[in-house]
Amino acid sequence: MTTSDATTPTDTRPLVEVHGLHKSFGGLHVLRGIDLGVDRGSVTVLIGPSGSGKTTLLRCLNSLEVPEAGTVRVDDVAIDFTRRPAAGDLRRLRATSGMVFQSHQLFPHRTALQNVTEGPLYAQRRPAAEVRAEATALLAKVGLADKADAYPHELSGGQQQRVGIARALALRPRLLLFDEPTSALDPETVGEVLAVMRDLAAEGWTMVVVTHEIRFARQVADHVVFMDGGVVVEEGRPDDVLGDPRHERTRRFLQRILDPL
Amino acid sequence: MSADTWDLVASSIGPLLSGAVRGTIPLTLISFVIGLVLALVVALARLSRRRVVSGAARVYISLIRGTPLLVQLFIIFYALPSLGLVIDPFPSAVVAFSLNVGGYAAETIRAAILSVPKGQWEAAATIGLNHTLTLRRVVLPQAVRVAVPPLSNTFISLVKDTSLASTIMVTELLRKAQEIAAPTYEFMTLYSLAAVIYWLICLVLSTLQSRLERRLDRFVAH
Repeated sequence: MTTSDATTPTDTRPLVEVHGLHKSFGGLHVLRGIDLGVDRGSVTVLIGPSGSGKTTLLRCLNSLEVPEAGTVRVDDVAIDFTRRPAAGDLRRLRATSGMVFQSHQLFPHRTALQNVTEGPLYAQRRPAAEVRAEATALLAKVGLADKADAYPHELSGGQQQRVGIARALALRPRLLLFDEPTSALDPETVGEVLAVMRDLAAEGWTMVVVTHEIRFARQVADHVVFMDGGVVVEEGRPDDVLGDPRHERTRRFLQRILDPL
Repeated sequence: MSADTWDLVASSIGPLLSGAVRGTIPLTLISFVIGLVLALVVALARLSRRRVVSGAARVYISLIRGTPLLVQLFIIFYALPSLGLVIDPFPSAVVAFSLNVGGYAAETIRAAILSVPKGQWEAAATIGLNHTLTLRRVVLPQAVRVAVPPLSNTFISLVKDTSLASTIMVTELLRKAQEIAAPTYEFMTLYSLAAVIYWLICLVLSTLQSRLERRLDRFVAH
């Protein structure tokens, strides 16, 4: 286990707690009162139609988006967004997690290894030798030991995304956030990325994943949240939400993506 | 051309080159380096969320771009002494050209910074880099690639613009040519020779520019 479960063995609260979250862009009310809990070591999958607010919710968890109201707590960092949050609090919240982006957002001018070492070296100021060794091990873990010196443009989409995962892991985060990590990939490389994510789940990482991969959700998720129109419509165990949804909106959504024709 | 002309060419080439090496080239290099630093500061000020800061940068850029370089040079060398500020010719020229490069290059650098995708800022934020580190480690290295071609143009223009310094008694290439030409009336020979030397300097710079661009493109897919 590389997660920090060991640091607070007595803390039985969920790792992530969100209450009454609201977020608007201009006149568009994207999140309309979201409550969410994520247990330690669990995988939560957020699904829903585009525009439902799932990506915005994910981005509120590391304050890439700053909500107007509500509270977000990740482990011991809690922010009440009803007041204007202090920059230091946003930074501390952000430091709890690592994020994998839909369009990978690797740094194009740095090699795979440099992408992975950037955060630990320059933001966390950890010793170079230790960081290098750990980054090399992480690239091996995602199956890219031989690509350490390759630049992002020399890698396939799936490889780029796996470097992105290694970059997030290198921060030693308590929480991993995935924003549609396979949506921009060629179909034949989706599997290699999902396989890495499945391994991470098995290792006990706490993960929140926005995805349209229903099979992944079924096999890997502990908790599935279906969002629509800025609210959580329905949530629960994958077998229930995906297998036997209670709400008509969930049923229609699943039907549309499982059988698009 | 007569033998006399060739003699004149042979005897003036040394002084002209010395004018280039001791006047034109150091004036260009010093002004460009100071100008670039200034431009970076102005570009960041222009991107600042504070209205006063970005407004000041906007006014500066507008003044520099909206007035002739020769007038800026005259104000610094001929007008400032009336306010009790006397600056020697060479430093006056450095001040004028640096301020000028600062104004033009600021817009180039600002556009280059804005060309770096927002996702790169976000990725930098999620790995914990603060604003300064994000600029230094992530954004500026990518902006450089975009900024190099237009900045090279600014640089090459500057080489030629330094000839304006001849009007405030800086001994550079054109001034040397004037000094040699005046007593002999060989304007065609001397000014042509000066033009050729400017041209050769710019040729060298263009070659360096292409090399630099190729180097900076190494991490980008084609």
